[in-house]
Order: sequence, then structure tokens, then C-alpha cells
Amino acid sequence: MSILEESFSEIHKKLHNKELKVSELVDASFSRINEVDDKVQAFLSLNEEAARNQAAKMDEALGTEDTRGLLFGLPSGIKDNIVTNGLRTTAASQLLANFDPVHNATVMDGLEKAEALTIGKLNMDEFAMGSSNENSGFYSTRNPWNTDYVPGGSSGGAAASVAAGEVSFSLGSDTGGSIRQPASYCGVVGLKPTYGRVSRYGLIAFASSLDQIGPLTNTVEDNALVLGQIAGHDRRDSTSADVGVSDYLSSLTGDVKGMKIAVPKEYLGEGVHEDVRNRVLEALRVLEQQGAEWEEVSLPHSQYAVAAYYLLASSEASANLARFDGVRYGVRASEADNLIDMYKETRSQGFGDEVKRRIMLGTFALSSGYYDAYYKKAQKVRTLIKQDFDQILEKYDVIVGPTAPTTAFKIGEKVNDPLTMYANDILTIPVNLAGVPAISVPCGFSEGLPVGLQIISRPFEESTVYRAAHAYEQAAGHHKAKPEL
Amino acid sequence: MERITKDQVKHVAHLARLSITEEEVDTFTEQLDNIIEFAEQLNELDTEDVEPTTHVLDIHNVLRKDEQRPSLDREDALKNAPDQEDGQVKVPSVLE
Repeated sequence: MSILEESFSEIHKKLHNKELKVSELVDASFSRINEVDDKVQAFLSLNEEAARNQAAKMDEALGTEDTRGLLFGLPSGIKDNIVTNGLRTTAASQLLANFDPVHNATVMDGLEKAEALTIGKLNMDEFAMGSSNENSGFYSTRNPWNTDYVPGGSSGGAAASVAAGEVSFSLGSDTGGSIRQPASYCGVVGLKPTYGRVSRYGLIAFASSLDQIGPLTNTVEDNALVLGQIAGHDRRDSTSADVGVSDYLSSLTGDVKGMKIAVPKEYLGEGVHEDVRNRVLEALRVLEQQGAEWEEVSLPHSQYAVAAYYLLASSEASANLARFDGVRYGVRASEADNLIDMYKETRSQGFGDEVKRRIMLGTFALSSGYYDAYYKKAQKVRTLIKQDFDQILEKYDVIVGPTAPTTAFKIGEKVNDPLTMYANDILTIPVNLAGVPAISVPCGFSEGLPVGLQIISRPFEESTVYRAAHAYEQAAGHHKAKPEL
Repeated sequence: MERITKDQVKHVAHLARLSITEEEVDTFTEQLDNIIEFAEQLNELDTEDVEPTTHVLDIHNVLRKDEQRPSLDREDALKNAPDQEDGQVKVPSVLE
């Protein structure tokens, strides 16, 4: 077993007992990347020199300091839409192929304070638009469980790098399922926090009313540890919530006795693969044996979530991506001789097809004469979807279902049909529209590919999500399975 | 029924500052038409008395005092600019 597959507490115990050095951890990370990343293709940029220097310094300090950061020495990977000072950040777009940020995202300050190490930047669908990583402007990441299959997306590199044992943890972002769906496909733990729980400052915006940064890890406990370091109010993001950050670790009691679980019938119905349904039902039995109670409920507007989401997210994207015009940063098209043509050529050469498609859809939905019929209609449907969640979560502690309707699909299988691709996100999108927190935790396999269990709770109740996920994980033990590469 | 015409796609591309080839106009028209048709299922819902949600949190404007504070220095601000002259960003001519 790779040291990077061990839990943070195991690693920290070894560091403390001087059985392990930080430089050895960093070595393990880069040698694993050398060994497997030509197959997995999770990384877009590496931070090798800086990480090794930092590790050497930390080793000198080892044993001299009593108090250390909670993520001391842990090798991490960062999704490439999170800006990192002095480390190339592309959002997997050719348009930003040479972008060298001059500041850090707030989450990077959090990791730095906790003394985590940044190993490199992770591949994704361009500007986080996609569910398979096939929309990367560079190359497609592959699923470590079977490299003919997609890792999911858009945080495909973030999920694959953890599953492949290249890093201890990663940060991803989730707008319509982009942390949870790849976590499910790659068999790791991925949390989308409550909207506003984590600062979006320095996250290259896709859909600002939906985007959230969150951790991907091997275990629920590790996930809770990382969230604790990146959560909280930030004056640089006025949509970050001024709500106290809980001690997430203390919620991992293993006790779910009397916990009330709602299981939406829409999440186990048509379109959900039989094996996925069975794994979720088995997981519910595990929770039941631990004293939780579950009942079937309905989220009646679920079927409208994908349509509402694509209108809203694309509309917000069309505005957010206007800044990529080749003026202040990015790769400018050189042949244009006036400003408008320069904008058009820069954007047309720099953006991939999916990004262009969504910018055009959003521009159309916001354009005069169509605004009320499409954009405003979708905002109203968002209200109905949010009310569905509010009503259920008044009576139940958590909502449980699959993270995705199927396991990972083959590379190339859905690439020519945007609508079929969008349907992958049918169980994750409603959560973003409602703004509530949700996790994907491994719950077994179907034909050798991981299945993910989704656990959803009330706004700012990440503790409840973690408590349920941890109790299940410890009883079921699926997190121990690792791919062979 | 056609939900979006080729001319509309060209117009939208212009608004979004994208130049697209005739071939792309055909592909995008078909794909956007399919997506908009799919989106029209929202019309099955009566939303007459429903308030739109722009944000899930109860958010409001955040104000601060208008005080001078350090910001990016010029060198950093220009670090990624593709073209520059005399400490300023340079672009092709705006007027013909």
C-alpha cells in the first residue's frame, strides 16, 4: 500500500514517531506520479522544486515544534481552476495555457496555514464544464480502476489523483456535481459544502450562484479535516457565509441511532442502473443495522433540475467568461487588426466546443425577448426544487441516494451527444440548486467500477453529513479497496 | 418547430464575441435547438406565483469604507498581459 493511501492520522503518527520524513512523503508522491501518471493523466502542472524545498525545511523543523498545522506535510493536488500564486493555472483551457497567477485563492491560504504541500495542478473539464474530463483543453484524465473509462468530471483529475495514490488529498470544485460524480466514479470521498461555506475567492468562476470548492480524500475523517482548514467567512468573497465553522472531527462519533433518513423515490427510479440501486439499498441496510431509520419520500421537481440548471449555469457562465478576452491575460490571437476581431479570434481559438456551446446557450437565454421565457423561468423552477429539499429536510436528518445513475462510462461513449452527457448529473444538480451540502462515499462496485452513495443534509450541517458518511464507511469498509495500476 | 435559427445562432455568437464557421453554425444550431427543446419541459410547471431564486443564501450588499489600500502593483498587474507598452496594456486599434 502506498503511504499516500494511508489516513492522515496514520501518516502523522509515523511523522511524530520519526518513522517517516516529510521529504519521503513528497518523494512517494512524485515517484507515484512518475510511475502512473502517463496512464492516468491527472496532472497538468507539477510544483516539484518548491514542494521538495518546503519538505526539506519541514523536516528540519520536525521534532523541534510542538504545535503543527493539521495538514502538516501532506501532499495535495489542486484543481486547475483554483488560482495558485506563481504556479500555472489554466482551468484546462488553451486560452489560459500560459497564465501565471499573482495571488492565491483563499483556500490556498488555508492549506498553507495548515502546512499542507502543493504537489501540482489537476486536470479537469475546461472551465469545469463537463462530466467526463473529455472537455479538457489538454488531454483526458483516465479512471484508475480501468483506464478505458472516464474518471468523471469536472474534477476528474482531483478524484483520479487521490484514487491512484498520487496525493493524500485534493481540492475540487462542484457546480452541478463536479466533486461528487468523479468521487463516485473513482471510489473516493468527495464533499460539496453548503453554498457559502468555503470562500470562492480565487476560484475561476463558472456559475457564481452554484460553485463551491470542496475536498476529495480517501476517508471521511480526512475529508472533515481538510474542510475544517478551508471553511469560513472571507471578506474577499461577499457570498461566503458569516457562520461559525464546526469542529467536524467531533461529529465522527459512529453513532447514527435514531437518525432519520429520507430516500427519494426519484433517486432509485428509471435510469438508475440496477447494480447502483442494489448497492444503495445494501448501504441503507448497513445504516439501518446501526439504528438509523429510512423511509421513501418524493422530491417531485427533481426531473426538472437538469433543464433549469443548464439554463442558469450557462447564463452565469456567459457573463463570467466574458473576461477572457485576451487583454489582461491569456493567449491572444495575433492576426486580428481591430479590437472586436481580436476578442473573437482569441475566444474562438482558446475555448473548446462545450464552452462555446454553453456561452451561446447562456447568451441566448439572457438575450432580449428570451429572458423571461428561459432564464427567469429556470430561476422560478429553482425555487420549487429548493422548496422540495426544505420540506424533506424539516422532517429528516439526511437524504440518501446514489451519487450518479451509473458507474463510469467508456471514454468517447457520450462525447457527441451533449444531452446524454448532461443526464449523468441528474442526481447531483438538484443539490447545487438548493445550495445544501452533500458527500459521495464509496459503497461498493458494479463490474469492477466503484459506486458512490450520496448523503445530503441541511445548510451548514456538514457535521451531519460527515457523521452519517463516517458511520457507514467504517461499518462497510469499501474505502479500503484500491485500484491496481 | 425551429426554436433557434441559424441567423439567431450567428447573432448570439457575435454578442458573445465568438467567431464561428458556417459548419459550426450548422452544428451549434442543431445542438442548441435540442437543448432548448429539452429546456422547454419547464413549461409543464405553473410558476405564475413562484418567486425566482437568484441566490440560496439570504445575501445583501456588503459595503466598506472608501479608504485607500494597497492593491496589485503595476508589474504584477501587467505580468500576464499579452501585449504592453509604457506600463500599460496594449490592444489593437479600437476605432477604424
